[in-house]
Amino acid sequence: MSGDHASSTISAQVRHVEALLESRGLLGAGEIDTRIDAFLAGGTPVNGARIAARAWTDPGFAGRLSVDANTAIRELGLSMAGGLQEQRLKVVANGPDEHGVDQHHVVVCTLCSCYPIALLGPSPSWYKSEAYRSRVVRDPRGVLREFGLELPAATSLTVWDASAESRYLVVPRRPDGTGGLTEEELAGLVTRNGLIGTAAV
Amino acid sequence: MADRFAPGDRVRTRAADPDGHTRLPRYARGAIGTVVERAGAHPLADERARGGAPDAHAVHHVRFAAADLFGAGDHAVVVELWEDYLEEAP
Repeated sequence: MSGDHASSTISAQVRHVEALLESRGLLGAGEIDTRIDAFLAGGTPVNGARIAARAWTDPGFAGRLSVDANTAIRELGLSMAGGLQEQRLKVVANGPDEHGVDQHHVVVCTLCSCYPIALLGPSPSWYKSEAYRSRVVRDPRGVLREFGLELPAATSLTVWDASAESRYLVVPRRPDGTGGLTEEELAGLVTRNGLIGTAAV
Repeated sequence: MADRFAPGDRVRTRAADPDGHTRLPRYARGAIGTVVERAGAHPLADERARGGAPDAHAVHHVRFAAADLFGAGDHAVVVELWEDYLEEAP
């Protein structure tokens, strides 16, 4: 498995299989592109940012999100059901836990590149790279430092590795001094990397 | 089918390197961790890759201390694992 195989042997094999399926009438011409377009439609980090901003401003929503994210995000008109089956969404929140210990979460898929496309859009190339996938599970503090995020030693750090059908989203820690902002203004602060856990917001 | 494991249970992952496809990452083989929560139920990918149509089996989020996986690190790694990959830890 590799991060980028646009011109590789496997890419040629995939095109060959696609052509065979079309020639035998099992697949309509352009059907794969149509399905990919449908899957990507509406997928943007703006969706994830809206979830984070709502979680910051509505503790009830934050609680429902942590228990059953698939149901909770429907309150915002969002869904994980855009693909062949509804994917399970697990949302984890940065910030102090019930004991006051600061928590930080970061997301990876070490086996391939599972990613919540409906909430974040297509994944960045580094997310699919072997370097990120192999290193972040072993040395997350070092990798986050390269992203410009230096975590305090006292912060408890958890890496979430997708290997089945779940997708993960991180709610970043709400920045200090944002008490006067509206939910929409707060959503504007949230970055894609913040929702993966490789940036502070 | 009732789950074999519940949150808080200590489990050990299979150590064997299977033929063909698996979703048990190599770095998490033969390791002891703690079940965090159920992560749904899905057909076992290993059997699906061999062309089977298996029933859905429970999947769990299992939390490992990095030191137990890599011999170093103060963080934790949570991996989604089918319960087929797990046995009770002693």
